[in-house]
Amino acid sequence: MIWFQLLYVYLKIGILGFGGGYAMLSLIQADVVDRYGWISLQEFTDIVAISQMTPGPIGINSATYIGYTAILNAGYPPAVAILGSCLTTFAVCLPSFLLVLLISYYFAKFRHNKYVEAAFLGLRPVTVGLIAAAALLLMNHENFIDYKSYLIFAAAFFLTWKFKVHPILMILIAGAAGIVLYW
Amino acid sequence: MYWTLFLTFVKIGTFTIGGGYAMIPLIEREIVDRGWLSKEDFYDLFAVTQSLPGIFAVNISIFVGYRLRKKLGAVCCALGTILPSFLIILAIALFFTHARENEWVEKAFKGLRPAVVALIVVPCLTAARSIKLTHRQLIIPVGAALLIWLGGISPAWIILAAIVGGLYYGLKVRKG
Repeated sequence: MIWFQLLYVYLKIGILGFGGGYAMLSLIQADVVDRYGWISLQEFTDIVAISQMTPGPIGINSATYIGYTAILNAGYPPAVAILGSCLTTFAVCLPSFLLVLLISYYFAKFRHNKYVEAAFLGLRPVTVGLIAAAALLLMNHENFIDYKSYLIFAAAFFLTWKFKVHPILMILIAGAAGIVLYW
Repeated sequence: MYWTLFLTFVKIGTFTIGGGYAMIPLIEREIVDRGWLSKEDFYDLFAVTQSLPGIFAVNISIFVGYRLRKKLGAVCCALGTILPSFLIILAIALFFTHARENEWVEKAFKGLRPAVVALIVVPCLTAARSIKLTHRQLIIPVGAALLIWLGGISPAWIILAAIVGGLYYGLKVRKG
């Protein structure tokens, strides 16, 4: 059962995932954490962190990781869980693969189609809201345990926004700060 | 040629860290400088891919692959982008399940969880700036975020509403 649900959820994420990996996060959390409870919120946050740190697009990284973890949490052995990661990675790519192939045929024609242009007038501002929701949903007591968490959040925001510190470097610094602050 | 396409996108996939936008200069260097696509074509593709659902990096690799070698080219490029991150994550997932109980790892994660949230806030602001929202239009993303966050409404409905709203506004209101 979980296999069909995973397939369904990730096909849906692939179809509705406008605005890239970050905007996808709130979609993923809504189903994977809140609706089906395949993974805990803390596991989800950790997976997001690892997906940001490791090479590759966040959408692929998190799909692979969540597919593996969801099947593992359902009580299957790791070898079977690998099939879960294959399933989610495949499912998240399939809709856009077909769509992009289709659009490649009609590339020039589609671009200035008035319906397509009109739909995007609505989608673009909402994408910003989707990314904001992903951040807001993670601002909870599991991820922000005390005042030190807020200090780290503010520092990380400031360094990334102002000095464009690389995300990998930022996560490594924050990890080191955690080891020092919670010693 | 297929093999070259595959390897080129393996390289791009491996060195893209921190999300789709990070890979733009990389793709440009590998694809445009090699003469596979003109600069204008690349930016057109970029605009279209950005507005499609799905993973930006994968979509753009499919586009480039199709442009150069039709369907099989698209498959080679997409696999090239997906494979490195798939294998790396799998390795981490197999190993990390045990590492999580380690005291050091636990402390490090206490520190980096709030930073992860900050790293999501930044692209949110960047995206808001790049689409040049007016003050009045700000109500759309703010409303969408609040509906999801406090209202518990599925983002899927918000996206569908955005498409319907955009069509209505673009075709009826703006036309007069």
